[in-house]
Amino acid sequence: MAEIADSPLANQAKKSLEHENIETGEPKMRARDVDVYYGQKKAIDSVDIDVYTEFVTAFIGPSGCGKSTFLRALNRMNDTIPSARVTGTIELDGEDIYASGMDVVQLRARVGMVFQKPNPFPKSIYDNIAYGPKIHGLAEAKPDLDNIVEKSLRRAGLWEEVKDRLADSGTALSGGQQQRLCIARAIAVDPEVILMDEPCSALDPIATAKIEELIDELRGRYGIVIVTHSMQQAARVSQRTAFFHLGNLVEYGHTSDIFTNPVEKRTQDYITGRYG
Amino acid sequence: MSASTLILLVLGLGLAGWLVARSRAAMFRRANDGKRIASLPNYHAWYAALWIVVPTLLFALVWSQIADNLVIQHVLASPAAADLPAFGMQRQTMLAEARAVATGAASGVFNPAAADLVEPFEEALTRYNIIGMVVTLLIALAGGAWAFLRLKPDFRAHTRVERAVLSLLLIASLVAILTTLGIVASLVFETVRFFGMVNPIDFLTGVNWSPNPMTDGSNPDPERYGAVPLFWGTFFIGVVIAMIVAIPMGMMSAIYLNQYAAPRVRTWLKPALEVLAGVPTVVYGYFAALTIAPAIRDIAMSLGVQNPSSESALAAGLVMGVMIIPFVSSMADDSIAAVPQAMKDGSLAMGATQNETIKRVLVPAALPGIVAGIMLAISRAIGETMIVVMAASATARLSANPLEAMTTVTYQIVANLTGEASMDSASTLAAFALGFVLFLVTLVLNIIALRIVKRFREAYE
Repeated sequence: MAEIADSPLANQAKKSLEHENIETGEPKMRARDVDVYYGQKKAIDSVDIDVYTEFVTAFIGPSGCGKSTFLRALNRMNDTIPSARVTGTIELDGEDIYASGMDVVQLRARVGMVFQKPNPFPKSIYDNIAYGPKIHGLAEAKPDLDNIVEKSLRRAGLWEEVKDRLADSGTALSGGQQQRLCIARAIAVDPEVILMDEPCSALDPIATAKIEELIDELRGRYGIVIVTHSMQQAARVSQRTAFFHLGNLVEYGHTSDIFTNPVEKRTQDYITGRYG
Repeated sequence: MSASTLILLVLGLGLAGWLVARSRAAMFRRANDGKRIASLPNYHAWYAALWIVVPTLLFALVWSQIADNLVIQHVLASPAAADLPAFGMQRQTMLAEARAVATGAASGVFNPAAADLVEPFEEALTRYNIIGMVVTLLIALAGGAWAFLRLKPDFRAHTRVERAVLSLLLIASLVAILTTLGIVASLVFETVRFFGMVNPIDFLTGVNWSPNPMTDGSNPDPERYGAVPLFWGTFFIGVVIAMIVAIPMGMMSAIYLNQYAAPRVRTWLKPALEVLAGVPTVVYGYFAALTIAPAIRDIAMSLGVQNPSSESALAAGLVMGVMIIPFVSSMADDSIAAVPQAMKDGSLAMGATQNETIKRVLVPAALPGIVAGIMLAISRAIGETMIVVMAASATARLSANPLEAMTTVTYQIVANLTGEASMDSASTLAAFALGFVLFLVTLVLNIIALRIVKRFREAYE
């Protein structure tokens, strides 16, 4: 195992050890025995996972392993796919999100999402951020809304770049700015958890670095789950890593453990680049 | 020799050239010990065939135009023609009769004087037929020989054939454009004649429309041709009333079909809606004139309206609106479907309901396409003829009351062209001027719509 423990990847992951001693409360989200089906096909098989506000949780694994599918199960975005079906329990603060009394609209306001490709609405930057607060009635008057917009853009690290052109179209920004706009948009409705589905895969390295920095700043305030193809990224930004393979959760634990001392042979093969 | 035998002959020669050239090219290959030659034998064959067929057909085309004149000249030069009346219908009839007998289309002449002309006609027809055929054959042989001499193992026949195909495609695409230009030219010609009688300013701004078909071009009565009431009627029926029906209905059905309908419902509802677009407009016309118009009059009467018209603008407009629904809904459907799923997911993931997502994200994003669809629908509505001919009125009236009778541009075009008036009267020519205005307006609407659609497409690719 020596070769793994000294790899650059592992050294990066060791940094996450700094957070090892943080006290955690109850998990923010708790998934137990979750299966996801597309029609007859089982895409996720019996996954158990806890998500903490204090940590960034990364999902890694080869393409088609089900990590995005599972992520979308966490705020019921799979509901938009008619053939998708979820069994098992996923709880948010102890409340089953698949219970019949659950209001999906409220759930998604509490569990926000950022997508692989930046998808700002074809509206102004201001209206992109104000969209969520408006539909959830978070702001009574214009000054309140202005406040929310500024606060969200500041948290997403975009305020300085766009404060003079809030009326410009959100689609006119660069790719990296668009993605931070989407993060700001998710923040604006004051969620408890933010799910990120490969948020940097369409971005260049500089924009990626900015997003990763941002994720680190947001940690602690929001529970963050990030799906990523890049193991370096998982090692850099997360404190917990889950490795998915063929619909199974192979291994879940401290990021430093996963990258320095994996228990499973399959995890070791994946992080050393033998497949995937 | 008739045109069809000539064409068959040319094609036969072409086929012969094709076969000869092909076997010659095959021979190159054998002589080359099976090594590759620059072009496949088939290309050599087509090259030769094209050189035979194309020039001869071009000649035949020209010849068919001039041969007729040559024949007539020959006949007129004959002594028998000296007795012909100098001008007019009788002269034409006699020539036509003699020709019919000479070509075998008729068995005898009605006018005995024409009998003398039969013989010169036969003589001329035979002579020019022979000349035509000989020249055709010569051209075919010359073309074939020219092509045949150029066939060599290293001759690139395929690039030549490619070029010929290219010009064929170009000509085919030009036909549509040239036809449009021809239509415009003929419209412009008659419109200019009309504006020679009636001042364009008076035509476009006058409010009194009562063309008199009994007058001829020398006494046009310009003050009777103020077209504003027609433009107003067209606008009121085709844009205001029809769109009040078509836009909400079309939008709502598009949103339902695109966002809410289960696949099973969609598979039969969408074709059903499209069938609406295929119903002949004359059928809508019946419906408007026989069902809707009387119903509207009865309702208006029961509401206490004095003397409601049985040809109300409302009836024509409502039915036209229904006719337009599929155009609006199909364009709106396409544009909403073109909005990326990511946009919709983004909104849903914010905790927006489906209804909020549609209202605040999908429709605004699809708006350019929707607007373009509405403009195309408008240009269709104002050009629509059958419904208004059957359900609208002949009375030109400037009124904002939808229960009153109104007329439209298309109605007046039909009325003025099919009436008793002679071709050079102002009232007939007015139809062309109206048609020209209509053409310009719909052209502009279509161009704007296409521009919008194009820009919209670029935005999402």
